[in-house]
Amino acid sequence: MKKFIILLLLLLPLSVFASESVHLQDADIDLSDNASLERGAKTFVTYCLGCHSAKHIRYKRIAIDLKISDEEVLKEIAPVGAAIYDQMHSAMNGHDANKWFGTEPPDLSLIARSRGADWLYSYLKGFYVDKSKPLGVNNVVFEDVGMPNMLWQLQGLQTPVYKNTAEGEAKVIEKLEIEQPGTMSPEEFDKTVNDLVNFLVYVGEPVQLERERLGKYVLFFLAMFLVIAYLLKKEYWKDIH
Amino acid sequence: MKPTRIEACCNWVEKRFPMSKLWNDHMAQYYAPKNFNFWYFFGSLALLILVNQFITGILLTMNYKPDAKLAFDSVEYIMRDVDWGWLVRYMHSTGASAFFIVVYLHMFRGLIYGSFKQPRELIWTFGMLIFVCLMAEAFMGYLLPWGQMSYWGAQVIISLFSAIPVIGDDLSLWIRGDYVISDATLNRFFAFHVIAVPLVLIMLVFLHIVALHEVGSNNPDGIEIKESKDPWGHPVDGIPFHPYYTVKDIVGVGVFMFFFATIIFYMPDMGGYFLEHANFIPADPLKTPEHIAPVWYFTPFYAILRAVPDKFAGVIAMGGAIVVLFMLPWLDRSPVKSVRYRGGIFKKALVFFVISFLALGYLGTQPATYGAVIAARIFTAIYFGFFLLMPIYTRWEKTKPVPKSLTHTPSLEERIPAIKATLAEMVVTTEVTTTDGRTTSQIKPNPAGIKAVLIRFAKNLKASLE
Repeated sequence: MKKFIILLLLLLPLSVFASESVHLQDADIDLSDNASLERGAKTFVTYCLGCHSAKHIRYKRIAIDLKISDEEVLKEIAPVGAAIYDQMHSAMNGHDANKWFGTEPPDLSLIARSRGADWLYSYLKGFYVDKSKPLGVNNVVFEDVGMPNMLWQLQGLQTPVYKNTAEGEAKVIEKLEIEQPGTMSPEEFDKTVNDLVNFLVYVGEPVQLERERLGKYVLFFLAMFLVIAYLLKKEYWKDIH
Repeated sequence: MKPTRIEACCNWVEKRFPMSKLWNDHMAQYYAPKNFNFWYFFGSLALLILVNQFITGILLTMNYKPDAKLAFDSVEYIMRDVDWGWLVRYMHSTGASAFFIVVYLHMFRGLIYGSFKQPRELIWTFGMLIFVCLMAEAFMGYLLPWGQMSYWGAQVIISLFSAIPVIGDDLSLWIRGDYVISDATLNRFFAFHVIAVPLVLIMLVFLHIVALHEVGSNNPDGIEIKESKDPWGHPVDGIPFHPYYTVKDIVGVGVFMFFFATIIFYMPDMGGYFLEHANFIPADPLKTPEHIAPVWYFTPFYAILRAVPDKFAGVIAMGGAIVVLFMLPWLDRSPVKSVRYRGGIFKKALVFFVISFLALGYLGTQPATYGAVIAARIFTAIYFGFFLLMPIYTRWEKTKPVPKSLTHTPSLEERIPAIKATLAEMVVTTEVTTTDGRTTSQIKPNPAGIKAVLIRFAKNLKASLE
């Protein structure tokens, strides 16, 4: 009995936490898919850069990593007037943003590292019509967010379907339904959002692929080093009993 | 014979500086027990990480800007625009966590083999001072990236000083140099992190090693090897540190570097434990994160702090958790050093201590819900119980006889046949003739064998705790 109580005590920390976070959808991240990153970059510049900067990345870096020529990056991705060594700055200034939205839109360079890809994917797909909000929309993963749904023309308008809950309880959203279709089919839209998230993950740490590529050689070298070090040790220690 | 130029040069130095004497005293003729096991790698590894932190730290300082407006961006500049900056930064950030892993294991080694006991109390004390310095170094270093967790973590920890009666508020104000964490705090933390604390740290490491080499290393058997010497005055059970332990430690370095590199190249933020997700958001004095958690290596102490209902008492408890470690050499009354020859009570107490330390570490990363706080209180009681009851239970316990000379523990290679035999016991191998006439052996798990092995394992485990 005593042992049982002790065991329970030891298991206690595992049982006391039941997290109640929103279920996130899985983003399909593939940083080696340059075409997807390029599509994501274009979407980012078209729909996000108006308000959000990504000031820690330069167009030149994108050209090098995505294997696109400088001219093409300036023509296809960067906004008019940007130079190749520029960072991705937003056209909107903080003073105006504060006036219009009550807050400055955050820089998105590291958003994938702080929020995670799945969160971004679910967030961008999670806007629904809510007339009580100043911007007319709310979000399932980020309640009362102060950002309008930039992609509504592509996605269409979503309305929530509520779970059957007892009288007086808070309403729980079961799922979102497209009420008024946008210019894209749901599949096309998912792909567009996924490309965008893929791009943001890349922007979060542009060196990711390079570091994983190098890691193989480093680990191989260390494994060889270990073998030699071990044999050396064995040789020196053969007389010690 | 006329000495060569190199010899002449060496002689010139030798007459003015005891080069070869130092080398012999501390390396080539420093006798260490020959039965060091796995646990004895962590001292040299800690030294390796110290060097890593110094080198990568100096390189980081070349591009980092200790300024509240520039700090966050300068770190990202290092990560992206500085050649190999990402590698240097990851080596430094992973090195910080690795330092604590290694140091915790190094301290645990001291705990199980009684390396803190007479005559090594001072080595333990210097070691504990190193640990405290390391915590200060890590805490102040964590503010430098100027992310949300840097900022609010520092805010929480420094506000602890304000819990001290009478002088508390003025003291925390003095430490911060402002009413909140600000540019002034960042600048002074930078000064402490890159100059003051490293200097103290290196002095203490020097003292730690001088004290160690004066009395000699302990060993897994907890015997003083100097007590039995051969006719030439060398300990019978000792071997020169160089070359034996230098080559052996290089193997440890290889294994460590393999894991270290795996983390750096494949999971540098370690799922949010080595680099917290919220720290990729620039510090914002107006936005408190929902959940402030210190980096993993502080979480056991943070959990103790939160377990106590009163803030000031909590601070005392957290400080006390470190102070009891300092007192360890005088709390332990057992005549025996190594856990191998100690009685069952100590072994069981040790198991409870390890579990409670790990559990506190986990609880410190979690939000302080009601259940979590209750659990943290229980484990805090166990943590302190282990130390404060030590004078009583170590006096009671029945120790086993300690051998006169070092015992031989089988190495990993020597255990291979036994491991093979155990594996063979757990499976049934049957010869099967396939349809085309070839015979192959089919291996299936053997439930009876597995059961026997598990029972034997449980019995051995139980016996080892007697």
